[in-house]
Amino acid sequence: MSEITPDTVRHLASLARILVTEDEVETLAKELNVIVDAVATVKKAVSGDIKATSHPIPMANVYREDVVEPSLTQAEALSGAPDSADGRFRVAAILDED
Amino acid sequence: MAKEQLLSYEDALDKFEVVIGLEVHVELNTKSKMFCGCANVFGSEPNTNVCPICIALPGSLPAVNRKAVESSIAIGLALDCQIAPTGRFARKNYFYPDLAKNFQTSQYDEPIAFEGKIDIELESGEVHTVLIERAHMEEDAGKLTHVGGATGRIQGAEYSLVDYNRAGVPLVEIVTKPIFGAGDKAPELAAAYVRAIREIVKAMDVSDAKMERGNVRCDANVSLRPKGQEKLGTRTETKNVNSLRSVENAVRYEIQRQGYILANGGTITQETRHWHEDRGHTSSGRPKSDADDYRYFPEPDLVPVQPSKEWIEEIRASLPEMPSLRRRRLQEEWGFAELEFRDVVNSDLLDQVEDTVKAGAAPQAARKWWTGELARIANAENLVVQDLSITPLQVAQIQKLIDAGDLTDRMARDVVAGVLAGEGEPAQVIEKRGLKVVKDDGALIEAIDKALASQPDVLEKIREGKVQAAGAVIGAVMQAMRGQVDAARVRELILERASK
Repeated sequence: MSEITPDTVRHLASLARILVTEDEVETLAKELNVIVDAVATVKKAVSGDIKATSHPIPMANVYREDVVEPSLTQAEALSGAPDSADGRFRVAAILDED
Repeated sequence: MAKEQLLSYEDALDKFEVVIGLEVHVELNTKSKMFCGCANVFGSEPNTNVCPICIALPGSLPAVNRKAVESSIAIGLALDCQIAPTGRFARKNYFYPDLAKNFQTSQYDEPIAFEGKIDIELESGEVHTVLIERAHMEEDAGKLTHVGGATGRIQGAEYSLVDYNRAGVPLVEIVTKPIFGAGDKAPELAAAYVRAIREIVKAMDVSDAKMERGNVRCDANVSLRPKGQEKLGTRTETKNVNSLRSVENAVRYEIQRQGYILANGGTITQETRHWHEDRGHTSSGRPKSDADDYRYFPEPDLVPVQPSKEWIEEIRASLPEMPSLRRRRLQEEWGFAELEFRDVVNSDLLDQVEDTVKAGAAPQAARKWWTGELARIANAENLVVQDLSITPLQVAQIQKLIDAGDLTDRMARDVVAGVLAGEGEPAQVIEKRGLKVVKDDGALIEAIDKALASQPDVLEKIREGKVQAAGAVIGAVMQAMRGQVDAARVRELILERASK
């Protein structure tokens, strides 16, 4: 019932921007398959008449009013950033997007 | 990047059927953001409208802005959509620093509005009904500035700087169904559709609707298929088309680019493309991710949105007159010729003319001021006429003085110049500049008698019935009166005095 191939792992790693070595690809594919199989076992226990649930508590329409509240200062906002410049977060340039 | 080869527009349309699809993002003008209380304003210092929620600090929890939901429902209703009795938010997962959470809170399988339609009228009068697939709520992303590249673009950049002020600003994304059958009008229809959406959200005051600020943005999907083929061709999605002209140009470009590839036996890559208005072409971006790659799943931190029927009906009742209906009504009320009316609409002067008419001016007079003298002044000063410092009320006041014979056209233009120069209200300008038609004929008659006396030969001619000779005296009188009299009245009085 294996769904996770080494290619799937490579694809997921690239989407998640995680550097994965070839050794890790093999290991991760095996480990992820165990998880997928485990979830598949749970699926078997669920009969067709149970609807997928995204919220365990039946609750809806929780809103906040459109009121401006104080924000952080720029210094506070940047205080946890590994790097910043000109009042902004500084990050590595990511190619081929934007 | 080398420019790609293009098929001529005519050949492309000859061989292929064009199918377009449009995604328009509308930034709502709520006071605060979609999921937190940070101010939703343009142009602040970077990262000053941010909080733990919109920069995704651990443990922060979002809460939905009620007004943003209301505006989204209003947009859905204006586009003739069904409003979902229950809808939820979803996480769209992607890893890019424009959102600190590594996902965008959006809607996926349960959008707030779906199945709508809108009639779009083209320049020729031809009307196309565009079907709306859905309108859903989501949040905008932060703004990235790429540093170190030659042109500030991502290519060659060493690093990027992120400002999260825009992250979390409420957006409504409106998605059309595939639009068939527009033929060579597809680019025009795309632009006309975006213009219509912009007008609607502006009229409803749910968005500032300024395209130059990115309040309304369009992604244009274009595909071609051989005529007679049912299966849709592979599409490309062109992003960064943020003016009406760009929408039209980008769609036309893609038709020609894809046309060339297909006509030469090639295949179209499904991808995101970028439009470069300055260079007039699109360039290849990343291959389009499958929806699977976003790994959408229901947002566990937000509960479903279930608008009551009463709330929906309340919003429906508060919708303003839709712009297309308003145009039809005004054209009828004002009785303008087609071209005159189109001139007003295309100059975006409907509000000004309408307000001037409401303040008491005749429609034609109001139109002439705004599309004539005022447009000319604005143009000469490199301004848009809407930004001139004169109000419709002031224009109407000036027009009323002309109608009453208190100002000549020339004097009225002086008054306008005075108002624009900041000399105050029309009445104050008239006072300061001494611009009043002389109604007391005493001074005028004195000047006429004097002029006639100094030109006895002219007087003689007039008495002989050669009334056109009066012209020679009019100039002298106008000069003596410093132009503050009506020339027709001067002529009338000259003839009267000469006969005595």
